[in-house]
Amino acid sequence: MNALQMALADGITITKRNALKIRRAPDLLGGVVMLPIIFVLLFAYVFGSMIDLPGISYKEYLLPGIFVQTIVTSAQITGYTLTQDLQKGIFDRFRTLPMAPSAVLTGQTISDLLMNMASIVIMGLVGLLVGWRINSSPGEALLGFLLLVLFAYAFSWVTATVALALRTPEVFNNIATLVSLPMVFLSNAFVDSSRLPGPLQAVAEWNPVSTFVQATRELFGNTNPAMPVPAAWPLQHAVTASLLWSALLLVVFVPLATRLYKRAVSA
Amino acid sequence: MTNAIVAEGLVKKYGTVKALDGLSLAVPEGTVLGLLGPNGAGKTTTVRVLTTLLRPDAGRAVVAGYDVVRDAKRLRSHIGASGQYAAVDDHLTGAENLEMVGRLYHLGTRRSKQRARELLERFDLTEAADRPVRGYSGGMRRRIDLAGALVADPPVLFLDEPTTGLDPRARASLWDIIGELVQGGTTVLLTTQYLEEADRLADRIAVVDHGRVIAQGTADELKDQVGGDRVELTLTSAADLETVRRGLAALATGEPQIDRTALRITIPVANGAASLTTALGYLAAERVAVRDAGLRRPTLDDVFLALTGHEADENTTTTKEKVA
Repeated sequence: MNALQMALADGITITKRNALKIRRAPDLLGGVVMLPIIFVLLFAYVFGSMIDLPGISYKEYLLPGIFVQTIVTSAQITGYTLTQDLQKGIFDRFRTLPMAPSAVLTGQTISDLLMNMASIVIMGLVGLLVGWRINSSPGEALLGFLLLVLFAYAFSWVTATVALALRTPEVFNNIATLVSLPMVFLSNAFVDSSRLPGPLQAVAEWNPVSTFVQATRELFGNTNPAMPVPAAWPLQHAVTASLLWSALLLVVFVPLATRLYKRAVSA
Repeated sequence: MTNAIVAEGLVKKYGTVKALDGLSLAVPEGTVLGLLGPNGAGKTTTVRVLTTLLRPDAGRAVVAGYDVVRDAKRLRSHIGASGQYAAVDDHLTGAENLEMVGRLYHLGTRRSKQRARELLERFDLTEAADRPVRGYSGGMRRRIDLAGALVADPPVLFLDEPTTGLDPRARASLWDIIGELVQGGTTVLLTTQYLEEADRLADRIAVVDHGRVIAQGTADELKDQVGGDRVELTLTSAADLETVRRGLAALATGEPQIDRTALRITIPVANGAASLTTALGYLAAERVAVRDAGLRRPTLDDVFLALTGHEADENTTTTKEKVA
């Protein structure tokens, strides 16, 4: 077996291990199934009844925001699971085995990606039930889903990096919530960013979350000429900017997480 | 006889703390070395270096013919390790845990499954095989963890405090399993805080303190270093302890130990039975009340005290050694 085959085979083994864990851990499964449903219903009916947008139903505008928000939240499972495993001896066992060291992180991020895909499907279905519609071509819609998947995978590596730097589940959870909440709410996910006060508007328009939400809206056809796109470059070129963001996250955080993993387990 | 494990002058520093301070040891093939010492002595660090988890700052080590730093990758196919903190996945069943390890040893799916079943049977876990490990007892978890270390049938095995925290029955059952492995020719390096465990399982014992081996030998050799028998007297009043110590000073071949909580005085003596008679005669004459009196061979606790000047469990804290 050469190094690449080994990395692949071991990655699959670890992915399977994590998939089994997810199936057996009710808290994780609850996060994957229940959280997206609750988000869709809460926002669609609570905010949906309060917020009026020109030319488009709030539910159509909202769903792409919910997709991205759920991904930001679910990606934290990657980090949380890693901090939990760090506290047990399981990584020591892995490291005394003749396996590819990279398999631990690739296996973890890939199994979480599968989980994220499941929650995107669930959200989409619940969204269709409450009145969300895809108004674009099938090709564009597929691209929209692929973009969400790419974002989910790239963002998993971000939370993995943070987790491996912090190392304890409690600290990780606190920090992750502190960072992700403003990230999601200071964006165009739930509200029209052009109606925010000056400085907040600038933050929201350059927030990568807004970029992904805008790109998803465009690809699903959830936009309306009555709501012009803000002039900020990443919103004007949302799909391109999303791809650039994804590439940047992967280029920075894959090696960083790998290095921190090595350091975390060799102490 | 060739050595399966050789370590020479291992040094590992954490900041200013020397976890290993020139530790050297050798384990001949097919034998068991017991690494004995209190928490923080460097036992776990030694195992982590020898199992390629940790790079030493200085010194070298060769296990099964492979250098632990240069040949780390190839070495991993030839060793098994079972730690203090059972390295198993709670949500996976016993069988799934072992199959995963088999696949990571690249045994292939079929062989991994077959090997998992073999080990589950051997470790008396067949009934629990398809239950998640989360529901296992402490003893079962240790057994499944040990089974995980044996998946690839490694010639060299590292057991880091394999029975810490287990009840006496679970401990005895694990001892039997380890005993069988050794009869099958496996070389074992075992760390323990339990003197009884080292005595029972190890061919040779290396006493570790402050990151160095301070004494080596068979259990009997170590006991001989500490001299002969002990007269052990348990009194009913703390006030009498001092009286007895002074009164029996002539019998003692070394410094008597006094345990004020247990009201016990332990006196090393040269001529066991005769000394005990003398001691009892003295107590009767002085009308000192005695709860218990006896003669015993030195234990490894005595060895530790004689070698280090402190008792083996004196440093025991809740801090995990690996954190240090």
